[in-house]
Amino acid sequence: MSELLPILDSISPGTDFSQSQNFIDDGLLDSFDVVTLVAALEKKLNISIDGADVTPENFKNLETLEAFVRRYRENNGL
Amino acid sequence: MDFKFNNKKVSGVLTVVPKNTVKFLDEIDNYGFSKEKCLNLQEVMGFNERRIVKGDECGSDLALYGMEYLIEKGLLNKEDIGALILITQTPDHFMPPTSSILHGKLGLGKQVLCFDINQGCTGYVYGLLQAFLLLESSCNGKIVLINCDTLSRRACQYDRNIFPIIGDAGAITIIENSEEENEISLNLNTDGSRSDWLKIPAGGFRKPSNDETREIKELADGNRRSEDDFYMNGAGIFTFTQTDVPRSIKQFFETSSIGIDHVDYFMFHQPNRFMLGKLAKKLNVSPDKMPSNVVEKFGNSSSASTPLVICYNLDKKLIKNRFKICIAGFGVGLSWGVTTLEMGPLDFCEWIEK
Repeated sequence: MSELLPILDSISPGTDFSQSQNFIDDGLLDSFDVVTLVAALEKKLNISIDGADVTPENFKNLETLEAFVRRYRENNGL
Repeated sequence: MDFKFNNKKVSGVLTVVPKNTVKFLDEIDNYGFSKEKCLNLQEVMGFNERRIVKGDECGSDLALYGMEYLIEKGLLNKEDIGALILITQTPDHFMPPTSSILHGKLGLGKQVLCFDINQGCTGYVYGLLQAFLLLESSCNGKIVLINCDTLSRRACQYDRNIFPIIGDAGAITIIENSEEENEISLNLNTDGSRSDWLKIPAGGFRKPSNDETREIKELADGNRRSEDDFYMNGAGIFTFTQTDVPRSIKQFFETSSIGIDHVDYFMFHQPNRFMLGKLAKKLNVSPDKMPSNVVEKFGNSSSASTPLVICYNLDKKLIKNRFKICIAGFGVGLSWGVTTLEMGPLDFCEWIEK
């Protein structure tokens, strides 16, 4: 299971994020959820996300989100 | 567009906020948010309490209250006023200019120049620019800059993108010529291709208000508002503040008379805590130098949020001290602007309630 699923669950409890290909279009995340998700990712994964990277493309689905987090971890040497 | 000025100074700032306080947690049923989501938003965005007017009170009523306060306290002499510039998106009427209405209510002299500018979150920089330009070509008196808005009256109470952040306020800034050296740099930008990102679609001449535009409708994203209400493309505006705005500010500091490392305070328009935190990080500025505490206490009051952040955070300090200040605004238009100047000691710097 992706380590991101519990973080997503903390933003929208009970929502099944594993099947959706587009969290925003499918109504699983709104713009406020994206902001709180960014804050949660920073806190729980100890990364600092550039505001310019908070785009719908990066928060589209589990795959894009995992790739996004991976890039930050690599850049931060984690 | 870039500008340079000298021998100008801000000599006083006063902000008036409504006494009426509303709390985010009392409104959550309007938005359909869970309690947990609201608590998350409180922490991340700074949604807490806001000051909004009651009934049909206008921005000019807040400004009038502030002007009378300054005159009664002897902090401003009516005879010293050369011009009154009023920046608002919520005028009393389409016509006459709200500045003329205030001129009449205050009993100002016939030689006093009055005009309105329709501007929002960049309006403080626009107002300072107009004041500096007037002072450049006239020595007759002080410039009274008024920034006032009551956008809560044009925000749908069910619109979760707008209503939790909106606040009302009126601010008065006095600008005058000065003997002292004070090089001021200022830069303003516009991108009209994104002008529909912050908009009140109906109620003007393009689309007059009618029964249909007044009807509150549920939109595809579950949000609710009418076409007579204030609309914001929240995601687009967030990206704008994290790309265009910091890029311009960094470019501005390449030629500004004050280097970014020498700025004492960054007094920016106050959209929300998260956005300002990210902006501070992008500019490599300590959050201590860029206060983001206005939204949680007063709400976002458009162009008046910038003088409010100054009055709320530096009121006592600016009476006694002189600081290098960077002021920035960004929003409707889209427009964005930045200026650096030295401020203080001021004749007055405070916020009051009406």
